[in-house]
Amino acid sequence: MKKCPRKNISWKRALLYVFLVLTAVLMLIPFFWMVLSSLKSESELFALPLKIFPERWRFDNYLTLWNSAPWVTYFLNTLKVTALTILGQVVSCSMAAYGFARLKFKGKNLIFLAFLGSMMIPYQAIMIPQFVIISKLGWADTHISLIVPAIYSAFGILLIYQAFLGIPRSLEEEAKIDGCSHPRIFYEIYFKNSKPGILALVLSVLVGTWNEFLRPLIYINSEELWVLSMGLAKFQGKYMTQWNQVMAGAVLTMLPIILLFLVAQRQFIEGLVMSGIKE
Amino acid sequence: MANRNLILHSRKKSASQHNENLWGYFFIAPALIIFLVFYAVPIVMSLYYSLTRFDGISEPVFIGLLNYMKVFRNREFWLSLGNTFCFTAGTVIAGTIISLFFAVLLNKKIRGRGWFRAAFFLPYIVSYIAAAMVWQWMYQPDSGIINVALEAFGITPPLWLGSTTWAMIAVIVMSIWKTLGFNLIILLSGLQSISAELYEAAALDGATQVQSFFKLTVPLLKNTVLFVVLNSIITGLQAFDQIYIMTGGGPLKSTQTVVYLIYQNSFLYFKQGYASAMSYVLFAVIFAVGLILLRVTNRRNEGGVGSV
Repeated sequence: MKKCPRKNISWKRALLYVFLVLTAVLMLIPFFWMVLSSLKSESELFALPLKIFPERWRFDNYLTLWNSAPWVTYFLNTLKVTALTILGQVVSCSMAAYGFARLKFKGKNLIFLAFLGSMMIPYQAIMIPQFVIISKLGWADTHISLIVPAIYSAFGILLIYQAFLGIPRSLEEEAKIDGCSHPRIFYEIYFKNSKPGILALVLSVLVGTWNEFLRPLIYINSEELWVLSMGLAKFQGKYMTQWNQVMAGAVLTMLPIILLFLVAQRQFIEGLVMSGIKE
Repeated sequence: MANRNLILHSRKKSASQHNENLWGYFFIAPALIIFLVFYAVPIVMSLYYSLTRFDGISEPVFIGLLNYMKVFRNREFWLSLGNTFCFTAGTVIAGTIISLFFAVLLNKKIRGRGWFRAAFFLPYIVSYIAAAMVWQWMYQPDSGIINVALEAFGITPPLWLGSTTWAMIAVIVMSIWKTLGFNLIILLSGLQSISAELYEAAALDGATQVQSFFKLTVPLLKNTVLFVVLNSIITGLQAFDQIYIMTGGGPLKSTQTVVYLIYQNSFLYFKQGYASAMSYVLFAVIFAVGLILLRVTNRRNEGGVGSV
């Protein structure tokens, strides 16, 4: 058999591209279908043979959707809970990371080990007593119940801890000679020089909190306190067969995070993967 | 004089050590307090509740191991545990193989790799709730796009979420779609840390692509694959959102997982003691799986060091 490597390779290459493009499109079909369905009339949704594009683009579906639930309230609630969780987690995780990375104190190893061990605990194993504690504190049906327990994260501490370990000690020694206190060394030298790690933490908390469902479902009753995921689930419960409305709702709740992803795609992927890998 | 200096010095040192102790507690305080109140105390409370009859409102009544006996005697629990394992095995095995396959493809020198990465990753960042609704709509028996497409190819499609045999598969497929991008990127970054020279050397020695995949990629990528597997197992055992939306545990409890059963018993039927016992069993299962996996891979690692 005569070999013709170059031609062979380019032919394979073309095949590879076709295959990858096809699978990428396949991955995105649910998104396209969601948007297209959200713009169809109800009868068109179930009409056979199925048409891919709507006969008339019914943008008024979104108007109906907008008027059928307090989406702005859900959005603002989600924004509030997400922002405060991010803030709390960045502060508590980076502080704890500094303590573990650079200070000596009694019981440090034991506490570190306990934190690591807590990563093995599934949320479901503690959700009942957590709920009881929250009720006893009088926090049931408040946003505090979602924010405060989520401020601790072993994952987050480890992520920032790794970032802090990578900062050269010489920087710190200089600051010490200059008489800097621990809070200043922490902030000026460690925190300010760990931006990729902190960004990774922010993004993973952002995605996690924005999309969270189980805890809001358990802790929050009042409709004026619902977050988007819960609002959407309850909305679907009410409008079960009106798939155009449900799809419009799905688009609406996904939109903010997808827009953010499109703007900062690289940071998202690298940040989320970074926070995933550093266990 | 020298002596006094020494004493002063050591006093100063112990004072600074004392100081550092305080700073240490200061810095870990926020995390530690929340950890204790919302994680450490609950894990102990949960154990206690599992030994009581408790409705979440009135005082718990101690009943010994009765809840655990009820759990182990309950056929629904075993059924749900089986479903949990089935879901986890499906997402872990198929999910890992598929993401590894695409990671290897994307590891080649490809133009527009960033676009492919983004397309695969997009499902990972949206909520399970919204994504599950989209899939639920796509899985509709008559007018869902999946069945319409299958019929176009002459295949008689199943009822998907309405069928006791296909509902679990439908949920698994959706979950793989959701997490594929994340696993793929982790595997891709693992692949990229393997030096290209190794492959070139292997190619010079006459190894085929398939051979170098199994002889080079697989052993060198082992830890990354292990991470993906462990991570998928832990998320698989805890899956809730997609089941809540897509099937509600049905039809005929064919997609009811342990986590869903715990949720129902604690927050719909208010059997908190009983539910706590189930969550402790689940906790034990997760813990055991983690230990076994670590043991297995450690042994393999030890074997590997000598032979390489």
